[in-house]
Amino acid sequence: MNTQLKLAILADAAKYDASCASSGTERRDSLGGRGLGSTEGMGICHSYAPDGRCISLLKILLTNFCQYDCLYCVNRVTSNVPRARFSVDEVVQLTLDFYRRNCIEGLFLSSGIIQSPDYTMEQVVEVARVLREEHDFRGYIHLKTIPDAAPELLARAGRYADRLSINIELPTEAGLATLAPEKDAPAIKRSMARLRVHIDDAKEAAQASEAVVSMPRTKPKRAKAERFAPAGQSTQMIVGADAADDRAILATSAQLYGSYRLRRVYYSAFSPIPDAASSLPLKAPPLVREHRLYQADWLMRFYGFGHEEIVASGDGLLRLDVDPKLAWALAHRERFPVDLNRAPRELLLRVPGLGAKAVERVLAARRVRRLRSDDLKRLRVPLGKALPFLLLPDHRPRAIDDAQLAAKLQPAPVQGALFA
Amino acid sequence: MSQIHIALEGEIDWDGFRAAARRLLAQGVAPDEASWSTGTEADLFDSSAAGAPPAGDDGAHATVPAAFIDLCERVRLHREPSRFALMYRLLWRLQHEPALRHDPLDADVLRAQAMAKAVGRDLHKMRAFVRFRPVHDGQPEPLHVAWFEPEHHIVEANAPFFMRRFTHMRWAILTPRRSVRCDGTSLTFGPGAARSDAPPADAGEALWLTYYRHIFNPARLKLDQMRKEMPRRYWRNLPEAELISELTAHALPRTGRMVDAPATVPRRRIALLAMEDTVSRSTASKPLPSDPAKALAALRGATDRCRECPIGEHATQSVFGEGPVKARLMVVGEQPGDKEDLQGHPFVGPAGHLFDKAIEDLSWDRSQIYVTNAVKHFKYELRGQRRIHKTPTQREAAACLHWLESEIEQVQPQALIALGSTATRSLIGHAVPVLKARGTWLTGQHTLPVLVTVHPSALLRGDPALRDEAYRQWLEDLSQAARYMAGAARG
Repeated sequence: MNTQLKLAILADAAKYDASCASSGTERRDSLGGRGLGSTEGMGICHSYAPDGRCISLLKILLTNFCQYDCLYCVNRVTSNVPRARFSVDEVVQLTLDFYRRNCIEGLFLSSGIIQSPDYTMEQVVEVARVLREEHDFRGYIHLKTIPDAAPELLARAGRYADRLSINIELPTEAGLATLAPEKDAPAIKRSMARLRVHIDDAKEAAQASEAVVSMPRTKPKRAKAERFAPAGQSTQMIVGADAADDRAILATSAQLYGSYRLRRVYYSAFSPIPDAASSLPLKAPPLVREHRLYQADWLMRFYGFGHEEIVASGDGLLRLDVDPKLAWALAHRERFPVDLNRAPRELLLRVPGLGAKAVERVLAARRVRRLRSDDLKRLRVPLGKALPFLLLPDHRPRAIDDAQLAAKLQPAPVQGALFA
Repeated sequence: MSQIHIALEGEIDWDGFRAAARRLLAQGVAPDEASWSTGTEADLFDSSAAGAPPAGDDGAHATVPAAFIDLCERVRLHREPSRFALMYRLLWRLQHEPALRHDPLDADVLRAQAMAKAVGRDLHKMRAFVRFRPVHDGQPEPLHVAWFEPEHHIVEANAPFFMRRFTHMRWAILTPRRSVRCDGTSLTFGPGAARSDAPPADAGEALWLTYYRHIFNPARLKLDQMRKEMPRRYWRNLPEAELISELTAHALPRTGRMVDAPATVPRRRIALLAMEDTVSRSTASKPLPSDPAKALAALRGATDRCRECPIGEHATQSVFGEGPVKARLMVVGEQPGDKEDLQGHPFVGPAGHLFDKAIEDLSWDRSQIYVTNAVKHFKYELRGQRRIHKTPTQREAAACLHWLESEIEQVQPQALIALGSTATRSLIGHAVPVLKARGTWLTGQHTLPVLVTVHPSALLRGDPALRDEAYRQWLEDLSQAARYMAGAARG
């Protein structure tokens, strides 16, 4: 089988993983080295696919042979998809070639589980090792770690990778037990805990070595702390494959952020796969629901919302017609309007349409003068959305009931139907 | 009012702008009295008619916020001809309107910021969408050449990025107005080029197109999202963009076929890995191995899957007791904390450190003591991204009790130390006021002597002024168990 065909099969096999980010790592470049590559903190999306998702990394599987039988997965052992396996060197050459063409920021490597979790993990780590040690590749590397792989292998992976991730796959232990019988929720969490301990230790060591005071008139020298996944760890959860509602999903995310300091939880709307198992919902992926979950996740991470207050409805689902912040505001109208010129940051962050950056600028500007609605316009705040909740010297919102307001704010879109 | 005209030497003549702006400022030339042009536009004006800026005071005393300089560094790269006038107007206003530097919503400031942002975006998109193609020009390593059409004057500003990234690659980027070439050690800038000067597609690019074709999930078509991030004007220079219409056209039928296809018959099934179900009290009463060490290992595995109360599902793992199988002394804490939950070992967090210090101060040997907790999983409350310890309820402690009892049964200690009220209640069988009973021996449910004292985390939470005294008192409580430790030391 030639590289072209393998690449087709193994990219196909990897396209269901939502994570793509190449950001958040240390700054590096290839000056003074033997190879190529750089990372400058902010990731670069080198292309976009017609599904709207960015292509930042060469995202492939080392192999799509897999001995597990996770029902939601196109690569499960009982699936009839064509199989392929890359050699370590093929992945290395592809990565370097695409990188030289400036098509990618680096590599995101995952794998089906073959022989044993340890064997698989060893192969994945070997690709990263060859890239880093033999080619002095300084671009971004994201490795998917195999839960249950030996702690030493995780430790080695962290030395080469910028980011590590382990997919939690499903929001509840029960869901995982049903759909992925060989995957072990406690083992996944244990691996995440191990990674967090490594990442924390490396950070602490780095801080400690920075604090070293050097002798006068000698160049400050510090022992370089052992690096470990400087861009942290992330995970992915599949949405819509089981019955877990949004409240359960957000509770799990909050728990993962709090327990393991994940940089990101990715939500992946369960999408139809070729050769699907009969027990799964074969329909268009719930993309709007996925989008609302990302918005809700954002509220938890940057807007001070607790996971338990975001989903208001009795059915445990986020509203599809309005974004979660607006939904919250509509459900808590007694808290509004707030005075743009006086309200504390926490409250401003809860005003629909006011983003975190806009809030910072409002806070800075109002130290100098009183803000009016023109200022909001200049900040490019969507006025129709924000004004009903704000009190300004030149604007006093009229009391308005939920239904009227929601109707005024936007027409209610529904979950897009692919075959309508 | 005479106009003073400044002709800068090129589109991005930063030094020229700074020097001229300083002079104008020093001479009190108001923004609307000055006009600006760059090298390419200079001949549109009758330059002899333009008043040459008078020499003199260099305006060195003018001060601006550092952020303003950074802003201008970006703005000057914008293609908008009025950018230098805007920059000078802002500079002037900063000298004459003290409030301006504190007003992030001023119209001129926002306009400059918008221009800087546009430039920043262009810089970023150039980093993203430049596509190199190798050219074999007789050298051992190929030359990588790219064609790109930036919106603004960003080639010089962006070149160092490509040099940092592709240090050991020979490369060149051609654009309509400028070109840049790098030989690994230095950058050389030259005039603009034509698209035809760049090399055509090569065989290696076919691999990239294969990747692009296959990483696309047809069930998630979102063209607007794609166009937002990758506007059409970039498409003509991105090889993969040729595939977009074809992939889009086939997306719906492909998805339809997947949805309509009958579920397939599994090819083969491997035997499921042996997985234990969650453990309930009934399965826990299965006979344990007769060797205590093996029995403890079995119990450890079983507690990990215990879901008899709701806290297990939220924890990482159970934290089981650790210590020698036949320890004479067993210390029972309340429940694992954040660190214990992550590491899977008891007493490794701050309270554990304090416990270790006490052991050392008492000249005991931790390796002789069996250390465990009344509750095996970490119970917490999320506060933002922090997990705050929450005391287990009576019901939760009661649900966990049989694990502790099994542990005692296997280790068969001669005495127990209960740290805090949860541990005390589990061992004694009912609530005991710890502050009153501390330092005394009570009789536990198994007729074993139980020494009661406070939990070390209570010392950590207590009044810092009284900490030394509280610690001393705690040591005194613990020292009551010295007899059992001394026995352990004798073997």
